[in-house]
Amino acid sequence: MSAGATWTIPEVRAALDARKISARELVKDFYARIEKRNAELNIFLALSPERAYAQADKIDAAIAAGDALPSLAGVPVAVKDVISTHGIPTTCGSLILKGYRPPYDATAVTRLEQAGAIVLGKTNCDEFAMGSSNENSAYGPVRNPVATDHVPGGSSGGSAAAVAANLAVAALGTDTGGSIRQPGSFCGVPALNPSYGRVSRYGLIAYASSLDRIGPFAHTVRDAAMVMSVIAGRDPRDSTSASVPVPDYAGGLERSLHGLRIGIPDDYFGEGIDPEVRRKIEAGIALLEKLGCKRVSIRMPNTEYAIAAYYIIATAEASSNLARYDGVRYGPRVPGATLIEMYQKTRGRGFGAEVKRRIVLGTYVLSAGYYDAYYLKGQKVRTLIARDFREAFEKVDAIVTPTSPVPAFRLGERTANPLQMYLADIYTVTGSLAGVPGISVPSGKTSSGLPVGLQIYGPAFGEDRVLHMAHAFEQAGGQEL
Amino acid sequence: MKISKEDVLKVAALANLELSAEEVDTYRAHLDDILTYIDKLNEIDTSGVEPLTQVVAASAGDSALREDVVVRADIITEVLQGAPDPEAPYFRVPRVIEK
Repeated sequence: MSAGATWTIPEVRAALDARKISARELVKDFYARIEKRNAELNIFLALSPERAYAQADKIDAAIAAGDALPSLAGVPVAVKDVISTHGIPTTCGSLILKGYRPPYDATAVTRLEQAGAIVLGKTNCDEFAMGSSNENSAYGPVRNPVATDHVPGGSSGGSAAAVAANLAVAALGTDTGGSIRQPGSFCGVPALNPSYGRVSRYGLIAYASSLDRIGPFAHTVRDAAMVMSVIAGRDPRDSTSASVPVPDYAGGLERSLHGLRIGIPDDYFGEGIDPEVRRKIEAGIALLEKLGCKRVSIRMPNTEYAIAAYYIIATAEASSNLARYDGVRYGPRVPGATLIEMYQKTRGRGFGAEVKRRIVLGTYVLSAGYYDAYYLKGQKVRTLIARDFREAFEKVDAIVTPTSPVPAFRLGERTANPLQMYLADIYTVTGSLAGVPGISVPSGKTSSGLPVGLQIYGPAFGEDRVLHMAHAFEQAGGQEL
Repeated sequence: MKISKEDVLKVAALANLELSAEEVDTYRAHLDDILTYIDKLNEIDTSGVEPLTQVVAASAGDSALREDVVVRADIITEVLQGAPDPEAPYFRVPRVIEK
């Protein structure tokens, strides 16, 4: 094993089976890597060695006893800091939750550990998952391991970077408007945003409840599929989790793409797309055609309204969800003479700029006199965007787009203008509003070596299709386009 | 101008958010940009369109209500450990009722 080498999930399993390494040694190796690189990259906000080694010892004991191992046995994973982990600090990248240790685990974490995965620690993110660059974390930005003066994307930048930097084999992120797919694209790793309702949100600290989802980052599409089979499925603790059966995603990867119709929305290739990104996506589409897909030109006429609808709905839900941070039950308190003054000071100082901006906007669009003009209008436009997808999927099997109109940008380059940052979410917020699954898979690099991500959308609960297409694309050399 | 300084202060009060004078100015300008952009939505006719509040019910059809069953969760001690001013089994807050 060379230092800092990439491990895939099947490679971990093969090494454990052959007794080339123990789970404990593997965990130790990953902590050594983290120790070496975290000061520079700022990926991990908290580490959980006690829990990780206890889990590793359980796996090693099972191996020694000759027991059958679960699918993710010994796989070191990282978990975004908005996902609850019992006893391990969970801050959501915010000062208002500094020192908070959840009294329970998120279902996705429980399921990972039941499948033998080892949680190494918690990854940095934009505060309460609000941002597209990771620069909104109260604990400083993550640096993109591919180009360290660039952002890793956001909000799940720490999870994407952890995989890209080989500091974890796989990671959990969350996606509300693109927060899994866009950092996956910026860091050059496969990243899946499952259908809404596919993965339980129990223990996911809420940003916008009708949009929030949990999904995986991994080195390969196969690894992402293996993680998905573990975390997906109905959970009685999340009433919005669906009881749609969970297929063996990894088992369905080796099918031909022959005859699949891929929709290319003309509306996604207008102004604002970086010419190098456009070229790499065109090359990616050509590769899919070579693999047997049939290219179909489609219209998604309401695309241009998606950003506006998204920022109304997401901020409205956020303003309500974030009302619970009041200095009473968790996190630090800033004293005040009255209860209200205590709330105001605690929240005024505990939240960062982007979170406060979104709370103000969300409160405004929900306030008396504006509700119909903004919130209700936004929800009606959401209906139209979902309809665009539904109608498109009557004609095609999948929709192919860029993940982001731009590659990773430099730290600090875009912080002055929040609206400009929001507008770059265009290709991801549409699928968020419609509730459909989308995967970002590496599709070549720009001339300066920055990864480009190709996004494949499938119909609701069509994770198996987007995974199998992304797998074929990856195996055919999509990353090297 | 879509939003005034007074609007920002009013909304901040509704959200129990203390903002500095500087924050009020910056957020007002940002929100003005964003709300102007959002006006785009007035270009489309949504009469007769139902609002979409939740996608899962339509696609999976099972956000059904369940039986209300009491499950014991002995986590009071752990919960209070994370509180800024606990007095078991309570959270203490500044006085709200005058003597």
